[in-house]
Amino acid sequence: MRVRMKVDGVTYEDEVQPRTLLTHHLRDGLGRVGTPIGCDTSSCGACTVDIDGESVKSCSVLAVQADGSTITTIQGLSGAENGDSSTWHPVQKAFQEHHGLQCGYCTPGMIMATVDLLKRNPSPSEDEVRHGLEGNLCRCTGYQNIVKAVLSAASELRGEGPLPGSFQDAPENDTAQTPAAETAGAPA
Amino acid sequence: MIPPEFDYVAPTTLAEAVAALGEAGEDAKILAGGQSLIPVLRLRLAFPTTLVDLSRVPELRGVSEDADTLVIGAMTKHSDVVEDPLVQQHAPLLSEATATVADPAVRHRGTFGGALAHADPAGDLAAVALALDAELVAEGPGGRRTIPARDFFLDYLETSLSPDEILAAVRIPKLRGSWGVRYEKFNRVAQAWAIVGVAAAVRTEGGAIAEARIGLTNMGSTPVRPAAVEAALVGASDRAAVVAACAAVAEGLTPPSDLGAQADYRAHLARVLTARAVAHAAGMSS
Ligand SMILES: Cc1cc2nc3c(=O)[nH]c(=O)nc-3n(C[C@H](O)[C@H](O)[C@H](O)COP(=O)(O)OP(=O)(O)OC[C@H]3O[C@@H](n4cnc5c(N)ncnc54)[C@H](O)[C@@H]3O)c2cc1C
Ligand code: FES
Ligand code: FES
Repeated sequence: MRVRMKVDGVTYEDEVQPRTLLTHHLRDGLGRVGTPIGCDTSSCGACTVDIDGESVKSCSVLAVQADGSTITTIQGLSGAENGDSSTWHPVQKAFQEHHGLQCGYCTPGMIMATVDLLKRNPSPSEDEVRHGLEGNLCRCTGYQNIVKAVLSAASELRGEGPLPGSFQDAPENDTAQTPAAETAGAPA
Repeated sequence: MIPPEFDYVAPTTLAEAVAALGEAGEDAKILAGGQSLIPVLRLRLAFPTTLVDLSRVPELRGVSEDADTLVIGAMTKHSDVVEDPLVQQHAPLLSEATATVADPAVRHRGTFGGALAHADPAGDLAAVALALDAELVAEGPGGRRTIPARDFFLDYLETSLSPDEILAAVRIPKLRGSWGVRYEKFNRVAQAWAIVGVAAAVRTEGGAIAEARIGLTNMGSTPVRPAAVEAALVGASDRAAVVAACAAVAEGLTPPSDLGAQADYRAHLARVLTARAVAHAAGMSS
């Protein structure tokens, strides 16, 4: 069947089998491999993309069902394809600043789910962040830094600036770090 | 995994959908939000010849009023049910329970009708439909019929819909008078299915329970309406009386034993959660 969809700003028209999952079409048909697949049971959320303004698990949608829709994946989020970190979306920046990832497998889905969450609730509590991301599993981080990253991105998107992150906490260069603490605690 | 091969049709009216389902024969299946069916296909647990996709049938979506009844289109997505002001006003138990279903991304695709037609006894919404005396409107080649919720759920994943029928809408009588509601869901992690869930709607008069309606999730192969407990609750005016009336809630039931819990633990949960849900709905905090 012929399907037409706009993905990350580009319109594609392709022939797909009815059984082709949207994730497979994005990855194998369109070469947009930024969206990973983490499970067979619609549970992990790694494959989350935005379809017509709503977060969905792209492994649980047939490509034919997405005919005529507009899709944003992690690769189109910043509007730039060149990997230049200066153009990153505030949520992407916050995940880096707060170490919101380790292996990074869950990250595209976490970030897409976060963007959707913050669109609906710009000032979430920590509890609301945890519930808002309940459909996204991370096997590495233990979620603490993901929650921090999301709260920081929320603050930034509200125009209140990011929360202090791990990278920002660290002094500009290592030499500045050394003496203060140690001298203070050192025996006279 | 990649699902098995099937044909796909996407009708744009209910009449076309009924015709397409009839033409496709008995191994065809309806595709609603796909949040239960697509995982089943990916795991190759079903091999339908044709999928009839209802997602392009606008008349199956949305919430409206018909006098004292709320009418919810079968294809109304969980996320739309949660936010709908009519549902919040006239069937708040449904809003509350739907907000606990799965996670935001699944709620953006999964539908109210799909959840009922799927008839998983661990699903939260069947117990709510049962407790609220909902009626299910089915459309088939022979026309339209209305099925009371108590006659709809026959067994595990089995309903009284025939293979050539489509669930079109759900009719829920509005609660009138001083009703309170509560959905208590016990699960391991936020996104998980209920180990046991209890839907309660309670009407009070002068501080005592005048009427109670209860639906149990995952306490058998269908959702359960514990009529004897509902009757025993009438007149209860404090928490102790509620707890006493709810002690018999699991009697005669055969809840499943699985990785989530053994049957006796489910029976215990049902007693505790029913008392909690009823007391909360009746405004009895301690
Ligand atoms: C990770 C995950 C967690 C979940 N957690 C929960 C939970 O906690 N609680 C809960 O209640 N549910 C849960 N669900 C299921 C969710 O509610 C689904 O939305 C629902 O079970 C099926 O709805 P659907 O619209 O996606 O239907 P589909 O998957 O499209 O269809 C399901 C079945 O119903 C049939 N069907 C659908 N619509 C109709 C119709 N109108 N007429 C006739 N037959 C029809 C289909 O043929 C199919 O057999 C979860 C799902 C996932 C993926
Ligand atoms: S790959 Fe889609 S939810 Fe896991
Ligand atoms: S960073 Fe490895 S799964 Fe989340």
